[in-house]
Amino acid sequence: MNPSQPVIAKCEILLTVNGEAKKVLAHPMERLLDVLRNDLKLTGTKEGCGEGECGSCSVLLDGMLVNSCLVPAAQASGAQIVTIEGMSAHALMAPLQEAFLECGGAQCGICTPGMILAAVHLLEKKAEPAIADIREGLAGNLCRCTGYMQIFEAVAKAARRRLTK
Amino acid sequence: MRADPAEYKLVSPGNLHAVLSLMAGKPAQWLPIAGGTDLMVLYSAGKLPNRKLINIWNIPELRKIEVFPDSIRIGAACTYTSLRSHEIISREFPLLATAASWTGGIANQNRGTLGGNIANASPAADSLPALLVYDAELTLISVRGERRVAYRNFHAGYKQTALAVDELIRDISMPRRFSGYFSHARKVGARNAQAISKVCLAALGRIANGAMRDVRLALGSVAPVPFRLNETEHILTGKQIVPALIETVKKSVAQEISPIDDIRSTARYRAAVAGNLVAEFLEKLSAERANA
Repeated sequence: MNPSQPVIAKCEILLTVNGEAKKVLAHPMERLLDVLRNDLKLTGTKEGCGEGECGSCSVLLDGMLVNSCLVPAAQASGAQIVTIEGMSAHALMAPLQEAFLECGGAQCGICTPGMILAAVHLLEKKAEPAIADIREGLAGNLCRCTGYMQIFEAVAKAARRRLTK
Repeated sequence: MRADPAEYKLVSPGNLHAVLSLMAGKPAQWLPIAGGTDLMVLYSAGKLPNRKLINIWNIPELRKIEVFPDSIRIGAACTYTSLRSHEIISREFPLLATAASWTGGIANQNRGTLGGNIANASPAADSLPALLVYDAELTLISVRGERRVAYRNFHAGYKQTALAVDELIRDISMPRRFSGYFSHARKVGARNAQAISKVCLAALGRIANGAMRDVRLALGSVAPVPFRLNETEHILTGKQIVPALIETVKKSVAQEISPIDDIRSTARYRAAVAGNLVAEFLEKLSAERANA
């Protein structure tokens, strides 16, 4: 650290993560991504680019899909955060998991948590998405393995399966 | 080098008055941060010179969209998502709603704000050409009071704005008089989402008695600031759309813009595409009239 710069004190940040109240001590400009991974040990949220381009660090903040690398910790104070770990109880999780498996929607896995959260965010707003909706809903999430078609197919399949259940 | 969060302050006064009071205090230089989609990128790369940030994401006064009989007023911290989903904006200001849908992906649209796009002053900002053609006006506010500035006078040069150090953009207002116009928006980038424009166009116009009236053309990414093609608009006004006019217009567009070579494109490509986009607008306007 540059010794000429003043050190800003950490502050107490209260937030709800995956339904549990949490209290963390963090610098206000620390990235929410780092708070989740380092302080709360929720390493399901991945860091890809660190500049809001790839979507690997997607989480839901008060129900909105966001890139957690672009959210300062202080802005998450009082917020409801859902990470991929919190999705296990979600009604969409089983159909999405099955469809990703069947369609080959996951390979190396770095983009997968973000893809799932983007898919959930989309399907919560639109239960019967057209392929164009799926493409748009996932456009902020990059995948360097699959070529995307398998992922789009998986989301479409999960949506259909959920409706017919 | 990566930023060290221990070197940066971020305070959350929680209401507009407290934000402005802090910004007015000495020493000045508090940097407002809303959704962080631009600032956090600079910060993470260790390229944010300001060490004192002030949170305006949670200020309710900046998040309202108010509709009046003659105008619409958009709080500066309204997100692209809120613009896209607003009924009046989608219907009467489609160029702005479309530009909002181009910006980043859904996650960045949930956080990025119109005021942030303006204050960040990028010549490649997608929403700014739309504000130019819709005659947008900004309200700038500080403890000294408020003042209104036409958006076309806000960007003085590359990354330069009319904002004083203690001022904040409070809202963006636009007159509700363009709903009868034909509009055309087009972005050319490496891909649809998450890509900054090589060139983008916002165009408005109408036809009366076979001739073009009140043609409004604005381009992004082809000059130090997003700008209106005043000369080209002048050439088009009162004319019929005929093939010979298209070539004249392309030449005029090329003369008005000052594109550069950079990581996203070349000056030559941008000049060719800018002319083509305006030509495309004229073709669509002409077809629209034929169908009407």
